[in-house]
Amino acid sequence: MSEAAHRHDDWSRALFTQLKDAGVRLFSFIPDAGNARISELAYDDNETRCVLLTTEEEGVALAAGADLVGEKSVVMMQSSGVGNCPNFLSFVKGGNFPMLLLVSMRGDFGEQNPWQYPMGQAVEPILEAMGVLTFRVDKKEDLEDVTNAAINSAFKGGNAAALILSQQFLGAKAF
Amino acid sequence: MTEVTLNRVGALPKIFPNPDDYLFVTGLAGPARDAAHLTNDGANMFTMAGCMGAATTMGLGMALSAPDRNVVVIAGDGELMMNLGSLATVATEAPQNLTIVCIDNGGHGETGGQPGHTSRRTNLAKIADGAGIENILTVSSEDGLKDAAEFVASGVGPRFLWLRVLVGEPTAFKRNMNPMECRMRFRTAYLGG
Repeated sequence: MSEAAHRHDDWSRALFTQLKDAGVRLFSFIPDAGNARISELAYDDNETRCVLLTTEEEGVALAAGADLVGEKSVVMMQSSGVGNCPNFLSFVKGGNFPMLLLVSMRGDFGEQNPWQYPMGQAVEPILEAMGVLTFRVDKKEDLEDVTNAAINSAFKGGNAAALILSQQFLGAKAF
Repeated sequence: MTEVTLNRVGALPKIFPNPDDYLFVTGLAGPARDAAHLTNDGANMFTMAGCMGAATTMGLGMALSAPDRNVVVIAGDGELMMNLGSLATVATEAPQNLTIVCIDNGGHGETGGQPGHTSRRTNLAKIADGAGIENILTVSSEDGLKDAAEFVASGVGPRFLWLRVLVGEPTAFKRNMNPMECRMRFRTAYLGG
């Protein structure tokens, strides 16, 4: 387990189990500290598959392909990766594809790297513009309920939903 | 590289004589029309008319989630060039049931025939090879289509078939371009209602 993965072990285990219990079998990701432990769990579990992407938009297409044959998936990315996704999110509005994104934030609460602010602050407006519902977690005690709402919105409500883990929740990296 | 003499119209039915045996995902524009003609816009095919660059990973998601079915991606050179990284993603996952067919006319036919990279120096077979895809076949003449048919039906995937075709109109075929209807059609046929 990497240092980043270790730091996020407790809540990552709970979130992974919650996603798996909801029927998610396919995990895809561009690595980020916020999804490091979940990706390890998804690689290690015999019933789930974890796919390393080269750009986040690939995950949106991967999820749509899985949906066509009845599989549930989650696409995990850092907030900067949201900026790589909008055109492919046409699947959402145009095709009613359910979609669950897991976004770990940079460029918000406590950020010290100036490069992260522009995209971080644009995450929610961009998702909203493309019809993705947003579910934000700021506090540990809210994780389970907010995750449940995002899962229901995507897989029962047939929406695209983004579960957003804020830097208040994750902790900001020091520079 | 070998001179291209292959006409795209009529090529796919010779490569896939039994299209009902496959699940298809296509990119946009000409290759989508060629492919939709192959299945008569069948429920075992999802064609796109946007999201350029999405076809390969959409097919990958399908192949990983339906391991008992043979999945074929049909995409143009422009579509493929837009997301070359997806070839690495495919190579790493290495699904045995996935075939990628690139119909390469060397340019952007849909927007007026602007020359593309593959009409200059870019070699997609080398790129697929470099990405880590092991089974690769290049066909650029009518004579090669029987090899292509054998290639897609034998061995294990992932396979990459590079069909280098002459500049010219794709197959004349009108398909359903409503993604919502096409999604429901595909899911209903695959999942059984």
